[in-house]
Amino acid sequence: METVPKLGNNVPPKKDKLQGKKKKPRRYWEEETTQTAAGASPGPPRKRKRNRELRPQKPKNTHSTKKSRISKKPQVPKKPWERRSPGPQRSLSGAQDPFAGPAPVPVAVVQKFCRIDKSKKLPRSETKIRSRLEAAEAQEEEISVKAARSELLLAEEPGFLEGENGEDTAKICQADIVEAVDIASAAKHFDLNLRQFGPYRLNYSRTGRHLAFGGRRGHVAALDWVTKKLMCEINVMEAVRDIRFLHSEALLAVAQNRWLHIYDNQGIELHCIRRCDRITRLEFLPFHFLLATASETGFLTYLDVSVGKIVAALNARAGRLNIMTQNPYNAVIHLGHSNGTVSLWSPAMKEPLAKILCHRGAVRAVAVDSTGTHMATSGLDHQLKIFDLRGTFQPLSARTLPQGAGHLAFSQRGLLAAGTGDVVNIWAGQGKASPPSLEQPYLTHRLSGHVHGLQFCPFEDVLGVGHSGGITSMLAPGAAEPNFDGLESNPYRSRKQRQEWEVKALLEKVPAELICLDPRALAEVDVISLEQEKKERLERLGYDPGTKPPFQPKPKQKGRSSTASLVKRKRKVMDEEHRDKVRQSLEQQPQKQEKAKPMGARPSALDRFVR
Amino acid sequence: MKVKMLSRNPDSYVRETKLDLQRVPRNYDPTLHPFEVPREYVRALNATKLERVFAKPFLASLDGHRDGVSCLAKHPKSLATVLSGACDGEVRIWNLTKRKCIRMIQAHEGFVRGICTRFCGTSFFTVGDDKTVKQWKMDGPSYGEEEEPLHTILGKTVYTGIDHHWKEAVFATCGQQVDIWDEQRTSPICSMTWGFDSISSVKFNPIETFLLGSCASDRNIVLYDMRQATPLKKVILDMRTNTICWNPMEAFIFTAANEDYNLYTFDMRALDTPLMIHMDHVSAVLDVDYSPTGKDFVSASFDKSIRIFPVDKSRSREVYHTKRMQHVICVKWTSDSKYIMCGSDEMNIRLWKANASEKLGVLTSREKAATDYNQRLKEKFQHHPHIKRISRHRHLPKSIYSQIQEQRIMKEARRRKELNRIKHSKPGSVQRVSEKKKRVVAVVK
Repeated sequence: METVPKLGNNVPPKKDKLQGKKKKPRRYWEEETTQTAAGASPGPPRKRKRNRELRPQKPKNTHSTKKSRISKKPQVPKKPWERRSPGPQRSLSGAQDPFAGPAPVPVAVVQKFCRIDKSKKLPRSETKIRSRLEAAEAQEEEISVKAARSELLLAEEPGFLEGENGEDTAKICQADIVEAVDIASAAKHFDLNLRQFGPYRLNYSRTGRHLAFGGRRGHVAALDWVTKKLMCEINVMEAVRDIRFLHSEALLAVAQNRWLHIYDNQGIELHCIRRCDRITRLEFLPFHFLLATASETGFLTYLDVSVGKIVAALNARAGRLNIMTQNPYNAVIHLGHSNGTVSLWSPAMKEPLAKILCHRGAVRAVAVDSTGTHMATSGLDHQLKIFDLRGTFQPLSARTLPQGAGHLAFSQRGLLAAGTGDVVNIWAGQGKASPPSLEQPYLTHRLSGHVHGLQFCPFEDVLGVGHSGGITSMLAPGAAEPNFDGLESNPYRSRKQRQEWEVKALLEKVPAELICLDPRALAEVDVISLEQEKKERLERLGYDPGTKPPFQPKPKQKGRSSTASLVKRKRKVMDEEHRDKVRQSLEQQPQKQEKAKPMGARPSALDRFVR
Repeated sequence: MKVKMLSRNPDSYVRETKLDLQRVPRNYDPTLHPFEVPREYVRALNATKLERVFAKPFLASLDGHRDGVSCLAKHPKSLATVLSGACDGEVRIWNLTKRKCIRMIQAHEGFVRGICTRFCGTSFFTVGDDKTVKQWKMDGPSYGEEEEPLHTILGKTVYTGIDHHWKEAVFATCGQQVDIWDEQRTSPICSMTWGFDSISSVKFNPIETFLLGSCASDRNIVLYDMRQATPLKKVILDMRTNTICWNPMEAFIFTAANEDYNLYTFDMRALDTPLMIHMDHVSAVLDVDYSPTGKDFVSASFDKSIRIFPVDKSRSREVYHTKRMQHVICVKWTSDSKYIMCGSDEMNIRLWKANASEKLGVLTSREKAATDYNQRLKEKFQHHPHIKRISRHRHLPKSIYSQIQEQRIMKEARRRKELNRIKHSKPGSVQRVSEKKKRVVAVVK
């Protein structure tokens, strides 16, 4: 910005001076202000001038802009300007601050942190409560702006892969990427050749530091995959269906042929849970400490691993369950069925929360992205579909694959990986919250065996693939969230930090009953209608205390309790009630008539002869 | 081909030496912090439970009086000093930090009816059943001197209460009339009456320092302006008021402790309806005192308990009782708003925390941040039924508990009767009177 005072000296007379009817006392800085408006300086001073021009015609204009400060959410960067006192701030030396006011914040970033839905109307309530709600909203808004400011402090940038002048990124093979990147990243690409123990399932721990895998023929191993340090390697001498880390890397749940077993990081069997038998798939809900298991017998069982109790065992009534995934946004379990539906479950309900018909023919794989807005499904009909999980569960896009995908996985930044036969395809979208576009794959890779398990590593640009030939860790630039939160899941945490985090996490274990489709529902204003309250009370008490019991005449002495007199007394009360009703309806009627009357002209004396 | 892989340098995430603090990078992105609301709810629930676990309000009992404690006074300059007068005419001065009596004076014959300190804290005044007003030095007599009052005023009638002006050398006593005295003179500057009754207490307004309020046994509360010779106005309630206390932050507001188990907060500009009726006691309320913040007040009752009320709520937020505490006669909220003192029939002065679960002593900054955070969470989720139930739960002695039940039944019966009366009389002949208006008999100007 140029220094203003220099230009200020040779200025033609101001416009507003001509316009104003009543001449205002001129301030010493006024000359410069109008000048800046005339010159090519940025927005705010110009806006002020416009306001002043409009004022005689529309005095409301300025008022409304000031009043709707809160509702004008998207214009956050402008806000500091609007709020500023009239006239640019000048220091004693006469120099003007070129960056006056708080730093502007990009709107998109603020939107990310915004927790309130502006489109929802506040419930009708007392003014006192209403003002309190409004104050709370304003505060939330301020907080989101502050959080958006702190975005500046994030250290890492996400990865990317771009082809040069129209080069198809899908044609770039892993070897090229490995050659192009630094040594540390290149070391993240590796193959474990384990043909002997057959197709592998794998799981990364929540920090993305550890990898556990289990082969069909009983081989179970866990390792720190970054340093390639083996934690344990055992053979359970039984088929392994699925494997999953519990809340930390120290505990490992393995779904074996018969029962569910839990091992520690040295391979020592800690528990054998016989109440969960013939498990096909495992999911762990880290904030609820629940291990969800889907079994061949058709049961979805929730096991609380912090106390070792089964919280709920739900019969899905859909035969063998072998497709399961969790929605990381709301901890709802998605089950895929052979009739083409996906059902959504929470432990609090015996029935599914929702059922979505996704495919003609059986569902083969389901995956949900980290924001909980998109679900990808693939079926026997060779279709790959993406559904919107907010509201109506409508398909957003669909694509027919030549073979159909048997395994799907979403990355933290919204990349979708699909395993079809021995090929892995990865699709990318525009950003984190947008669905991946299925037109052109972002990356493809052919493996040495058929895919059996897929997972993106959290906080690393790596996709782990378990297949019949072993384990492949392939590079997928741009897959992971670059900046982790140290208090939530820290890949570099020490043992002490892990222990402390464990205590904290256990203290704030969310009860299983709170799992529902909208996890923010708990913070919303409860507008339980009177009807519903009444209904609940009726259920609880078995009768409605509001309704009057039928009148029962009191027994009287000295022969006055004869049947005839009882009937008479009953009649009397009934009549009284009837009269009340009539009286009430009569009271309402004249109001209507009075309203209707004044429509006509003045009544004349001759009206009485009109028929 | 342009490619960039996410590659972190571990050195910028791991501490260099063992003596360093661990590095904790933060990212406030909501997708990295799922289940924000349920987790906050669980934290709030835990905080509420811990609050009840740590709610141990009783701090100390100061024993030494040989008869029931009839009045208490705070020292205006020293937080640790408290004065108390007993029913046998003895006045004691206590040091709260040592929890010891530092001085005792046989001030009167019979009851010490009232005690108040001068605003500068150098002397204090007592009135007793022996028809005298005495002024004492706050410091004890030096070696060899006798314990003697600075001044003694012999009156004609018994004085039942005393209060000192907040800024000037003027004090007011009450008995058969309200007398205003200059400290230098032995006869009152002016004495004000309105009818014939015995006045039980008189209080100066701490903000509008010329205003006084008194309450008398013929059920009225009278307001005076010191600059005039006559009273301003009075309000007559259903039953007798024992004491009043002015709000130290809002000049117009005062609270009256009534015999009908309730407390009434009035705006002195509109006396015809009380701002709020505070009900929870199950026996006559004997004393009331405001916290220096003006947001809460504490009341002492004949039902052997003290209760803390927010000014704008009709129900108490806290009730304190012990097995040994008998009828509580007087109560004071200390000037740092942290403690409450109460004097009771069985000769003890008890010291309580004003906030039952507060941790005393110096807090580290992390502790302070944690308590602030928990407080905010509790506020945020206070209306959730599970949390509300836990935070509202108080253990009560059986006598109080059963009386509450009994009074609830009585109240319900009264309400039912009123409804029936309206139902069975000619429509419009019986008017419904609001609960607040019902309690005020008349306002006289």
